[in-house]
Amino acid sequence: MALKLKVNGETRRVAAEPGTPLLWVIRDELDLTGTKFGCGVASCGACTVLVDGYATRSCQTYLEDVEGAEITTIEGVEGPVVAAVQEAWQELDVVQCGYCQSGQIMSAISLLNEVPKPTDADIDAGMSGNACRCATYQRIRAAIHHAAAKAEG
Amino acid sequence: MTFQASRRGFLAGTGAAALIVGFSPTGVLAAGQTHARFNPFVTIAPDGTVTVIVKHFEMGQGTTTGLTTLVAEELDADWETIKVAFAPSDNNRYANLAFGAQGTGGSTAIANSFQQYRKAGAAARELLVKAAAEAWGVVPGEIEVERGQLRTGDKSAHFGHFTEAAGKMAPSEEPALKDPSEFKLIGDGRLPRYDSVAKTTGKARFATDVKVPGMVTVVVLRMPRFGGTLTSFDASGAEGMPGYLGAKALPNGAGVAVFAKDTWSAIQARGAIVAEWDLSAAENRDSDEIMADHLALLEQPQHQARKDGDMAATDAAIAAAAKVVEVDYTFPFLAHAPMEPLTCVIEPTATGVKVHDGSQFPAMTHPTVAAILGLDPSQVEIETVYAGGSFGRRATPTSDYQAEAAMAFALLGGETPVKLVWTREDDLAGGYYRPMAAHRVRLGLDGEGKLVGWDHRIAAKSILKGTPFESMLVHNGIDDTSVEGVADTYYAIPALSVGLSDAESPVPVLWWRSVGHTHTAYVMETMIDQAAEAAGEDPVAFRLDLLAGDDPDRLRLSGVLRLAAEKAGWGSALPEGRGRGVAVHKSFNSYVAQVIEVALEEGSVRIERVTCAVDCGLPVNPDVIKAQMEGGIGYGLGAVMRNEITLTEGEVDQWNFPDYEPLRIADIGRIDVHIVPSREAPTGVGEPGVPPAGPALANAIRAAGGQRVTHLPMVKSGVEFA
Repeated sequence: MALKLKVNGETRRVAAEPGTPLLWVIRDELDLTGTKFGCGVASCGACTVLVDGYATRSCQTYLEDVEGAEITTIEGVEGPVVAAVQEAWQELDVVQCGYCQSGQIMSAISLLNEVPKPTDADIDAGMSGNACRCATYQRIRAAIHHAAAKAEG
Repeated sequence: MTFQASRRGFLAGTGAAALIVGFSPTGVLAAGQTHARFNPFVTIAPDGTVTVIVKHFEMGQGTTTGLTTLVAEELDADWETIKVAFAPSDNNRYANLAFGAQGTGGSTAIANSFQQYRKAGAAARELLVKAAAEAWGVVPGEIEVERGQLRTGDKSAHFGHFTEAAGKMAPSEEPALKDPSEFKLIGDGRLPRYDSVAKTTGKARFATDVKVPGMVTVVVLRMPRFGGTLTSFDASGAEGMPGYLGAKALPNGAGVAVFAKDTWSAIQARGAIVAEWDLSAAENRDSDEIMADHLALLEQPQHQARKDGDMAATDAAIAAAAKVVEVDYTFPFLAHAPMEPLTCVIEPTATGVKVHDGSQFPAMTHPTVAAILGLDPSQVEIETVYAGGSFGRRATPTSDYQAEAAMAFALLGGETPVKLVWTREDDLAGGYYRPMAAHRVRLGLDGEGKLVGWDHRIAAKSILKGTPFESMLVHNGIDDTSVEGVADTYYAIPALSVGLSDAESPVPVLWWRSVGHTHTAYVMETMIDQAAEAAGEDPVAFRLDLLAGDDPDRLRLSGVLRLAAEKAGWGSALPEGRGRGVAVHKSFNSYVAQVIEVALEEGSVRIERVTCAVDCGLPVNPDVIKAQMEGGIGYGLGAVMRNEITLTEGEVDQWNFPDYEPLRIADIGRIDVHIVPSREAPTGVGEPGVPPAGPALANAIRAAGGQRVTHLPMVKSGVEFA
């Protein structure tokens, strides 16, 4: 079965079966490997992408449910908030193993789009679905505050 | 091969040759334009690009930054443009000098590389300076080097201009190394991590991201209980499923390899396959029964782990004590659960195979893969890629997942590239856990509150017995990793006896970030707190008293303890319902103290603040050290708070993250890390942040008016976390 997906601004024809999680189409078929598999049950956030601008766990999102939606992966994000987030992550050297960080960054972008000046509580609420086994949380929190300040100019 | 990039750079350059510096197999510095006869540690291309060959894998602990810093410092290279290539698998040439074999572990990467990588950088600098001096007609002392540029008078050129001439010269045996006062990069807390940009843009390549033409995906239907064997399977349910390619029994009887064209198809097909198992030799007990056996083993220790230990003398000392405290502790199995589930790719090459892996222990994986495939080791290459965490899991004595991939590759005929994928469910049920452990401590204090005897007993399955590492780390029947942190305590404890019993079970166990210290530090540091409480002493003062004297280890332990206490405001008043707990521990030659402050509100614990002091010798990358302390604290706390692997009739109860809940962002407040300035040789930081975290939390909960938690995880003992 062929479906059309709009990923990172491009319309892509994919051959996967209905019921296939978006994650595996993104990774195995479209070769956009910045989005990661961590649990498959929407519990760790490593697979987070933006669907119409909102952080979405792609491992629990069926292909047919996002036909026509704007899907954005770490490879396709852009704009002032994105730049602020990535710069903040780099300036504070948030990453360790880095495996969860695409998902963390996608969630942070989504959070800042909704709440431009988040409090610690906003960050905890917005980021609690993204696990990091390296426990880089303190730096994630600081980087989101830093990015918020940067994006504000 | 990781070297093709630098070779291409050499060929595509201006016609000049690269400078390559490394060591001969006997450890002598060597330089040249080709690395045929020695192993390169640094290459400098004719365009001036410096590439550091990193012999340790990167699981987040910062080796790509650390080893590169050492070369760049001595070479005076430009940090902005420096490149990293992971070393190929070559036991003779890229051995961890702490093990004599190629591998990463025991928090040794910087410690064993410190002199070696600096020497490589210094040799390269020396040769470039010599070549430039000849070309410019000056003496080497008149040449300055800064950020990849050589300069004298009004002449200036980048490294690449002199690589060809330098590559024809021989390095001196012991090139001059900088005095620490001259360091620019080593010790610079603002030096950016090498891997930050790749890992914030989705570009960092992990084994799970490797795709080679014609590759098929394999998942394994594994035996449901440890020690079981496959007897038969029925794959008819998977026939006709999209993408399904077939299923075959693994030759070792451990499971069924399920092949498909992509990951999702493989996972779906596996779910439709039914297997029968012979479980007669398997672990069929509940974890509670296994723990009961551990506790029973405490009655009669099999080994005495202290040279001067004498249980009878300890008994007598405690019998005469004014106060006796006796406590049992239990620790569950723990999974490492790195974010990237285990995965690797094997593809055929013209001469053999190439394994793409976040390879923690190439020295084990390389011969294992060769043996399974009937190849000479020279026919196997390992390309190391970034590892999405490990915490020890990627280094097993059996190379378990790489061996599965090799078997699956062989089952397909050895010509089709294979990607082995573990799911999170596979990971949690897949064994190689932190061993379950039981401790019993009985200590005595005299009428003045001084310790007079300490009877410490440990029961745990040996990590090392029966593995190729046994001869290295098992002495007189005692697996050092079962008793480290107790048997070698630096506290002045009279009449200390440490009894050890090896528990037996088919459940495979493994080093888990900080190994034995994960349970021994918890027991030592909470028992010391109980002793202080029984003696009516302040916990910090009580420890300092036991660490008195000018023994260097005690000085460094008391140093970090004082520093952490001071920075945490130890002794200052706290509001009702708040408490501070302290712990100090040496592991992997580093000294770490932590003070944790908790709030206990309506029966619920909140971790407000963690203050950490670390003495790891000369700090090479202070910000990486801080990150490792922060991460180690989080890893240790998450586990003691709520993680356990349990078995029901031998089957693992935990399924996925919802019932092996990782630490989350809201679980923990501020962490402040203070690094002791030092010029001692650098020591480990990947693991030493873990051991004090659990006991500091336990002591804080007690100080806030809560219970003393002796059975982990804490949630199982009734502790609730906000």
